[in-house]
Amino acid sequence: MSLLTKERDIVIPGEALAEGMDYLPGENTYRESEKIYSKVLGLASITGRVLKVTSLSGPYIPRVGDKIICKVTDITFSGWRIDTNTAYSAMLNVKDATARFIRKEEDLSKILSIGDYVVAMIVNVTSQNLIDLSMKEPGMHKLLGGRIIKINTHKVPRVIGKQGSMITLIKERTQTEITVGQNGLIWLKGTPEGELKAEQAIHLVEEKSHLEGLTEKIQQFLS
Amino acid sequence: MAYKKRVDGRKVDELRPMEAKAGVIPNADGSAYFKIGNTVAYAAVYGPRELYPKFLQNPKTGIIRCFYNMMPFSGSGERIRPGGNRRSKEISLVMTNALAPVIDLSEFPNTVVDIFVELPQTDAGTRCAAISAVAIALADAGIPMKDMVSSVAVGQVDGTVVADLNYNEEAYPAIVSDIPVAMLHNSKQVTLLQMDGEISKKDLLVALEMAKIATEQVYAVQMKALKERFQ
Repeated sequence: MSLLTKERDIVIPGEALAEGMDYLPGENTYRESEKIYSKVLGLASITGRVLKVTSLSGPYIPRVGDKIICKVTDITFSGWRIDTNTAYSAMLNVKDATARFIRKEEDLSKILSIGDYVVAMIVNVTSQNLIDLSMKEPGMHKLLGGRIIKINTHKVPRVIGKQGSMITLIKERTQTEITVGQNGLIWLKGTPEGELKAEQAIHLVEEKSHLEGLTEKIQQFLS
Repeated sequence: MAYKKRVDGRKVDELRPMEAKAGVIPNADGSAYFKIGNTVAYAAVYGPRELYPKFLQNPKTGIIRCFYNMMPFSGSGERIRPGGNRRSKEISLVMTNALAPVIDLSEFPNTVVDIFVELPQTDAGTRCAAISAVAIALADAGIPMKDMVSSVAVGQVDGTVVADLNYNEEAYPAIVSDIPVAMLHNSKQVTLLQMDGEISKKDLLVALEMAKIATEQVYAVQMKALKERFQ
C-alpha cells in the first residue's frame, strides 16, 4: 500500500513503482498482481492516483496532427512514398499534396521529386502504423536548400521550448531559418557559420535538456 | 574434492569485478558496455526499423534479432577466424530467446530491433556478459521491456559449486561443468539455461540457487549504469 518511487526519479524497466491497489498504472507502466512496474527507462511522474513514466529515449511514435520533416523516396501512380524517419514509410496522395488541379497525365516529379524534403502533417495512422500525410494544412511546404540534422525525438519539445522560446532564441542569434519536425529531423538554412552555430546549439540543448537553467546556458553559448 | 581454493583466489560465490556503462556508441539508438573480469562486451541496438526479407515480418508485433561476434584478437591464445561460425550462430539464437520474453514490441508491428554484440576481449562467460550488456542497451534505446534480464554462469569444478567461472576454471583438468543462466529480476524466471560438462543433481540445485543471488548482483550493476546515464 505504498509508493516506491518519487516524482522525477529515474526508473529502469521492470522497476517497481508502487505496491497495492491505491495507485493506477498510466503510460509506460503495467500492473502485475499487487505491484505497478515501469516498462521503459525514464522519469517517473505521479498525478493523483495515476503513475506514469516519461520515456527519455526511444523511437518516434507517429501521432495524428504532428508536423514532421520527411523525405520523398518513391513516386507512385497516385502520389509519393515518403520516408518518415521511423520504421514505417508514409503515403502522400496527389490530392493532399497541393491545392491546385493536377491533370491526369502530369509528371508528378515536377511537383515533388525523389530526394526532396518536405514539411507535412500526419492526418491518419492505422493500427499497423500505416501513415497518411497531407501538405494542405497551413505551413506545410517543400524545403528548398538548407540542410537536415537529426536529434533524439524525445528532446524535440525542449529544442522548441515553452511557446517556441528556445527555437526563437537560436533563430534570432544565428540568423538562421529553422523548422523542427516532431520526428526528430530539423531543417536549417542560413549562412554557413550561422547554420553551424545553430546546429551546435541544438545538440547542446539535446545533451543538457534534463538540467536546470538550460536557456541561460544556450544564451551564453550563442553570445 | 581437490578444488578447495579457486585459481584466482575468489570465494566460491564471488563474481569477478563488474563494470557497466550505458550510451557508449553515439550512432546507435541504444548501447552499452559490460565488463566482468577480463570479459568485455559492447552491445549496440538499432531500431525498431523496417524488416526485410518481408516474410520475416510479423503483423502482430516487432521482432528482435541478435548478432554475437567475438573479435579475432579477443581470445587468450590463437587468432579467432573472423565472421560467423556455428558457435556464434547458436549463441545469437539463445540470446534472442533469452531476451524475447521481456520485450514488448506490439506497438511496432512488422519491424525489427537489431542487436549487435562485439567482444573485444574474452575470458569465459561471454554469452552471459553479452546478454547483460544487451539488456542495458535495450533499456537505453527506449524499447519497452517488462523486466530486466541479468545473466551469469555458475558451475562445478572438481566437486565444488562455484559462480562465474573464468577460462582457467573451465579448462581445469578434472570434471567441470559450466552453466550459463539468464534470469528475470522480478519473476526470477529462467530465460537461458545451458550446460557443458557434468554435474550431480544435488550440485545442480545448489548451483541454481547460487545463480539467483549472482544474477541479482549483475542486476545491481545494470541498474547503476542506467541511472547514471541521465545524471
